[in-house]
This record gives sequence, C-alpha cells and structure tokens, in this order.
Amino acid sequence: MNDSVADRLVIGVGNPDRADDGAGSLVAAQMRALRLPRWRVIVRTGDLLGLLDDWAGAGAVVVVDAAAPLARAGAIHRWTPGREGLPVPPRPRSTHGFGVAEALALAEHLGCLPPALVVYAIEGANFAVGGAMTPAVRRASLALARRLGAGRGVPLGAARAVPVRAP
Amino acid sequence: MTRRRLVVEEIARVEGEGALDLEIEAGQVTVARLRIFEPPRLFEALLRGRDLREAPDIAARICGICPVAYQLGAAQAMERALGLCIEPSVRALRRLLYCGEWIESHALHVVLLHAPDFLGYPDAMQMARDHRAAVDAGLALKRFGNDVLRTLGGREVHPVNVRVGGFHRWPRADELDPLAARAAGARAQAVELLRWAARFDFPAIERDYAFVAMRDAQRYPLNEGRIVSSGGLDIDLDDFDRHFVEHQVPHSTALHAALRGHGPYLVGPLARYALNFDRLPAEVQALAREAGLGPVCRNPFRSILVRLLEVVYACGEVERLVADLRRAPAPLAPALTLRAGVGQGCTEAPRGLCHHRYAIDATGAITSARIVPPTSQNQASIEADLRELASRHLDASDEDLSALCERAIRNHDPCISCSTHFLRLTVRGR
Repeated sequence: MNDSVADRLVIGVGNPDRADDGAGSLVAAQMRALRLPRWRVIVRTGDLLGLLDDWAGAGAVVVVDAAAPLARAGAIHRWTPGREGLPVPPRPRSTHGFGVAEALALAEHLGCLPPALVVYAIEGANFAVGGAMTPAVRRASLALARRLGAGRGVPLGAARAVPVRAP
Repeated sequence: MTRRRLVVEEIARVEGEGALDLEIEAGQVTVARLRIFEPPRLFEALLRGRDLREAPDIAARICGICPVAYQLGAAQAMERALGLCIEPSVRALRRLLYCGEWIESHALHVVLLHAPDFLGYPDAMQMARDHRAAVDAGLALKRFGNDVLRTLGGREVHPVNVRVGGFHRWPRADELDPLAARAAGARAQAVELLRWAARFDFPAIERDYAFVAMRDAQRYPLNEGRIVSSGGLDIDLDDFDRHFVEHQVPHSTALHAALRGHGPYLVGPLARYALNFDRLPAEVQALAREAGLGPVCRNPFRSILVRLLEVVYACGEVERLVADLRRAPAPLAPALTLRAGVGQGCTEAPRGLCHHRYAIDATGAITSARIVPPTSQNQASIEADLRELASRHLDASDEDLSALCERAIRNHDPCISCSTHFLRLTVRGR
C-alpha cells in the first residue's frame, strides 16, 4: 500500500461545547495533530446521516463517540458492527436522535458499511452545554488517540462488545 | 356511557415536546389535543437587547433542519426596518440558498420519516432493506441540498454566511457551477421518488382547510411575496397582525394561531401548492397530474407528493438561478444606517409560512422580537385532522387508532414527525 493514500479514516462524533460529548472530537483533534500518513480525520458535530458519505471509499474506519453513563466515566467500549451490530434504540428515532447506531443500521441495510469498521464509545458523565470535560473522559480520549496513532485498535478483525479499557 | 381515552405521551423533538390526548365518549371524539409541553426556548427574549446584525445568526439556531427560514426572515425584517433596498442578485442567491434547504428538508421527511408509514415499516432503516433505491435517492437528494447550503452558507447546519443587507461572502462561479451540474440529476431522482410515492395507498380524506401561504409576483413562493389565503386574503406581510392572532391554550407551550374571523388555518406544502399551482412550471404541473394531483390537494396524506413536487421544482430552480447568478457581479454590501423602527419579514419555510417582527431602537438594538413559526400555526389544524380521522375510525383498536393519529401528525411537519416516532401509548378507560 502506498503510504500517500489515505485509506484509513477516523471520525470523531460529538459536540466539543458539550463537555464529555466532545470526546470524539478530542480524539479526532489528537489524530489530526499526529499528521499520520494514510489517515484522514473528520469531526462530525451535526448531521450524522453524513457518516454514510464520510466513509464512502475508505478502507478502514474508526468512529469515536461519547456514550451515556453505564459503568463509569472514561470507560471505553469497542464494537465491530459487522459482527455484533450496535444497540439500536427500541423505538424508531427522530432525525434529531439519529446517531451512530442508526447510521450504522441504515448503512447495513443499504450495503454501504465500510469493509473494516470499529466503533469506540467513551462513557461520559457530564453533557452540559459549555461544561468542562470530565478528567477521566479526557484521559481516556487522549489514551485512545495514542493507541490509534500507534496503529493499535484499528479495525482489522471482529471483536466483542465489551469494555476493553477502564482508566 | 362508554368513555375511551388514548394518551400518547412524550412526543419528543417536535418544535417543542408534546403528547397526544384523544377522548371518545358515546361514540363522539370529545377531546383531540396535541399537547406541547417543552419549556419555552425564549429565543425572542434572547434576541432583545442584541444588535440587529446578530439576529440572522441567532434566529438560525432555532432549527437545525430549516435554519435558512429563520435566518432569512430575520435578515429581511431588519432590512425592511432600515429601509434597505436589496439587490436582485442578493435575492436570487437567497432563493438559491433556500432551495437547498427545501431539498434537504423535504428529502429527509419524505424518505426517512413519512414514506415508512405508507409501506408498513417502523422506520426508514427497515424500509431501506426492501426499498434501497428510494432511500438511496432520498439520501442523495439530502446530500445535494446540504451541499447547496454548505456552498452558499458556509456549513450545512446553521449556515453563517447571510448578513443584513446581503451575504458576508459571495460564492465564486466555480463554486456554483458544480451545483448546477448536479441539479438535473437530482431533479431526475426527485421525479423517480415522486413516481414511487404516487403508487402508495393513501387514506381517503379531504379536509376543508383554510390555506395560507405566500405568493410571489412571478414564481412559486420561497423568500418573498405577499400573504394570501384560500379565503381571498391578499396582504402585505406588514399587515400580518391585523389578520392573524396568536393565543395561548392550556395544553401547549407553543402558541396557537388563528386567522381572525375564521379560526384554524394551514400553512405548508399543501397551502403553497393550492395557492400557487399556477406559478409552477408546466412540466411540474404535468408531473403533478401524473401523480394524481389536481391543482388543489386537500388530502393531508398526499402532502408527501406535494413535497416531492417541490423538490423537483427546487432542483430546477437551482439550475436556473446558478445560470443567472453566474452572470451577476458580486454586489457591494450596502452601508447600514441605523434608525429606530419596526421591521417584518416573512418567508416560506419547508413546513410553511414563517413570520418575524422586530422593533429596533436608534442604536440598532432589538427592543422586541416575535417569531411565528409554521408549527405553531398548524397546531389547531393538526388537532382538527386528528378529530376528524378519529371520528371516522372509532371502531379501530387503540393500537391502530394511535398509529393513524401518529401518521396524521407526520403528514404536516418534519419536526413533529420526528417526535411522533417516539409516541408511547397509554390507554385509560374503554
């Protein structure tokens, strides 16, 4: 593979002005700062239907989003959707609630999932407008960016939907 | 006496959050309420004290799907307050921007929210499995609309390029040309979607709406014109208050609106179409007939067809406007001479007429603001739809009646439609 071809894509999802919701944006910013060959970096803060366009043509895609509290702030979950799928809300969502899970479901039905895809969800605790990012979420985001930047945790095969790291 | 009460709670993500109450007693629908209970967002209060030049960007934040409606209404109102004369090329570029919004908003509503109702799917994701071409076409149209917004507005959600008096930055020809190049293909996709949707099975209902929409001197209305109604009203937008009144109802934090001397009225695609059919190009009129529509459509379920006709039209407008704008030099931004006054603006949001009224003082500070969005204007008509539909289907199960009511809401408004997908049904008393 020619290293000048950006066939890897990281998409940071979330609003950096809403505290822990900015985890995905922070990971993306860190990845962008590394200026890694073969990597493109996109931040998605609004219309997540655009994810289907974002990853068109990409070989390997990493999506990073914040998640609602489940265990503890900063816990990182990893999914490989082709194998496990993602939890889709039981009720059909409005377009306002159209998130990563819905985009993946739609892409699956349309046959436009990337050939290799992994989704990281970083548990947040505070999603207030203008709020500061929880330190544990910030640490987790920076750690994930370092791992991805080192070529670890990129989508090469299926994995189970279990926490892989809890700082 | 048999009393039946259906409560559909937590309609989230409307322009407001809401619920539905339906009560039936002795075979009569006694209550049909669209309850909107979201706390007020206070945008009008937020605008007070701000410089008039900030209004377009602040107002745009009201909606992520139709920010242009709020942005252009605010800009237009301020320009009228200051007595600014807006150049034809600026008005044309704004119309082009608005076409982008209509295309993305309508495509989103048609394919992701409305069409599953007619095909028996719970959502577009499930529908995509069997109707991939239609969903692909809808997403492509949405992408095209978004690209128009991004090109002219700087970004697709809450664009930032509109200013009082014009635009901050005039697009280059090499930015406009790709939009025109894609417009014909987008139009063809919209026509195919129209033909697809025309085959749906539409519930038979004709409503006696009082239609209200704008009417442009020459073209199908978007960003300018007079306000007209099916009852013969024909007024300047400055006369809005003389003919329309907002009022509170106990069950909604969104103000209801009424046409003085009449009551509920309907804004949006059905109203625009009925009052402006003659403004559509002959080929769009022919497509309407092919889809089974006459010059007036009173069946709210068929609004999906009207939206698609409007997408077809808007795609054609993109091509025409780009050709015109390529020849237009970038206009000079007019100097703003501040003065105290009142300005009103009115445009056709995808969901219908959106009216703004602002008072400003001699320093350019906004002293009062009032924005009348289409959703609030349509609430009473939506309730009337619910009442009539429920009356015709009293023998339906609670589940079926609830589903029909959800569909009735989705007929009218993408934001309400979004929320109605969240409907939770509670039945109390049979």
